[in-house]
Amino acid sequence: MTASPTGRIVPDRLASPTSRALKSWESLLALVAIAIFIANSFASPYFLDPWNLSDATFNFTEKAMIALAMALLIISGEIDLSVASIVALASTAMGLMMQAGFGTPAIVLTGLGTGLICGAFNGLLVTRLGLPSIVVTIGTMSLFRGISYIVLGDTAFTGYPASFGWFGQGYVVWVITVELAIFALLAVIYGIVLHKTNFGRGVYAAGNNPTAAMFSGVRVGRVKFILFLLTGLMSGLASVCLTSRLGSTRPSIGAGMELEVVTVVVLGGVSILGGSGSIPGVVIAALVMGLVTFGLGLLNVPGIVMSIVIGVLLIGVIALPRIWQKARAWKK
Amino acid sequence: MTLKTLLATAAILAATGASAQDMRIAIVAKSLGNGFFEAAHRGAQEAAEELGGVEIIYTGPTTTTAEGQIEVINSLIAQRVDAIAISANDPDAVVPALKRAMQRGIAVISWDSGVAEEGRMMHLSPSSDDLVGQTIIKLAADHLPEGGQVALLSATSTSTNQNLWIEAMKQHLPEYPNIELVATVYGDDLADKSYRETQGLMQSYPDLDAIIAPTSVGIVAAAQAVADAGKIGQVNVTGLGLPSEMAGAVASGASKSFAIWNPVDLGYSATMIAYHLAKEDVTAEPGATIPIGRMGEVTLDDTNSAPMSEPFTYDSSNIDEFKSVF
Repeated sequence: MTASPTGRIVPDRLASPTSRALKSWESLLALVAIAIFIANSFASPYFLDPWNLSDATFNFTEKAMIALAMALLIISGEIDLSVASIVALASTAMGLMMQAGFGTPAIVLTGLGTGLICGAFNGLLVTRLGLPSIVVTIGTMSLFRGISYIVLGDTAFTGYPASFGWFGQGYVVWVITVELAIFALLAVIYGIVLHKTNFGRGVYAAGNNPTAAMFSGVRVGRVKFILFLLTGLMSGLASVCLTSRLGSTRPSIGAGMELEVVTVVVLGGVSILGGSGSIPGVVIAALVMGLVTFGLGLLNVPGIVMSIVIGVLLIGVIALPRIWQKARAWKK
Repeated sequence: MTLKTLLATAAILAATGASAQDMRIAIVAKSLGNGFFEAAHRGAQEAAEELGGVEIIYTGPTTTTAEGQIEVINSLIAQRVDAIAISANDPDAVVPALKRAMQRGIAVISWDSGVAEEGRMMHLSPSSDDLVGQTIIKLAADHLPEGGQVALLSATSTSTNQNLWIEAMKQHLPEYPNIELVATVYGDDLADKSYRETQGLMQSYPDLDAIIAPTSVGIVAAAQAVADAGKIGQVNVTGLGLPSEMAGAVASGASKSFAIWNPVDLGYSATMIAYHLAKEDVTAEPGATIPIGRMGEVTLDDTNSAPMSEPFTYDSSNIDEFKSVF
């Protein structure tokens, strides 16, 4: 709001596309990812093993699925903090279906459907009633998980059909897990939707300036509602994968996941204030998080130190470009 | 900058690793930074020194989640450790990961907080649930000869062992006809939440006589809340706690007595069992006996689980002796 127009410099010509790509957030992150990969291979003899790397992908795939939709939602200027609770509620709904004797297809559809309904609920409250999304989803965060606790209390749903285990424990080919394949496919789809379609432009427009977007013919409310639906659906999908991987449901499932998802999105270069960010950035950020946690895990670094490393990484990667800018401005 | 830190950490850790011939036994805690598991770690080290040629990997997640423990289990499988001894945050969710560990030839046992039968070879419980349930209600009742109101402050509503103890305690409740259980609240093993739940209990039940907290985090927070409310002498905090953390509460009178088994012994025994199972000189099957060094031996029941010993009561007469131990 306070940015003065005097500080703004309009260059005579833009930097070449190659130089812009090299200086981009994504290449910085990719460098970090490569550096961590190399550091890990030196630090532990067990790191460069296809099966171990395959196991490592479980550290991030489910969170990354949600992060894809969350990235779009944050770019549009909203946020959904209820995702982990949607995971819990969807898992509980799937458990109820399993107990009622339904097979894998019905269980999976229930999980996805629950996610959609939760997303629609958030979306309606935000877009129809005009409530701030952070407030709405802090509320639904307690609401959705609360329902799971009422249904389950201190009990658990176990005994999912063996075929249901495919999602979280199965492999497509060799070491490529089903979860990783689903995530890769989704990443491509989200990348195309955000960067190559009118809808994607609308998402950026809604986040940058909703009023201007509205006058340009972008139906801001509708765009945001769809994004809440997508975030709910992705949480439902993550719930299917996580429940399948754990083979059981407890109301505490996925606790704390929302902050990890937001961390991935922010690390991926998405502005928390909305209006900018990219899918490749989010994908690389998810990889970075997965590599860091797995690499440190192999060295038996205590979880507390791991949280510190991730915090430092997040602040470091975000602060470095800003420090660089300031330093250059100061030199001038 | 961050990378340098990372590399430095990595280098230090790589350098401290022991030789590859050692048998590596992983002790997986519910979460790190908990005095109970630190004490168990010391016991595990003691067993390792006694056995020789054993390296202990002590690890666990930051928060008490099943997902965090699964990440830890995956990294232990990747390191091809010889045995995993885990205190589980969730008896079911860790099963697929532990099954995979067993398929890759790793001996898996659970201790303290158990894992469902198919996810481990055997379970070492610190004591029998019935004995713990009996002990915690007796601790409260012993100081209430006239009877009175008691409330429970537990960990999370999904904590396996807390729920079993509370269940057993309720079985023994009819033996004390004057004692009334008025409420059960959950502090989630977080100090601040346990503190607030205790404050809530004292407000809701002004005549409350005792709070039973079968969790080492909850009991300290509850004793603090009682002391801060100026209710020492009115509300007696008891349950399961660590002597080092409870010494202040016993001295101030907020807690007259409490019980705990010895976590050092527990870590020691779990390590002994993991060692024998990894060496394959014993088989985990119902009726089998497994030697646990200075603690004697355990005998497996139908579910392949075995109790180590009964809990021990600490009060002002012996707290000073034990507070420096664990």
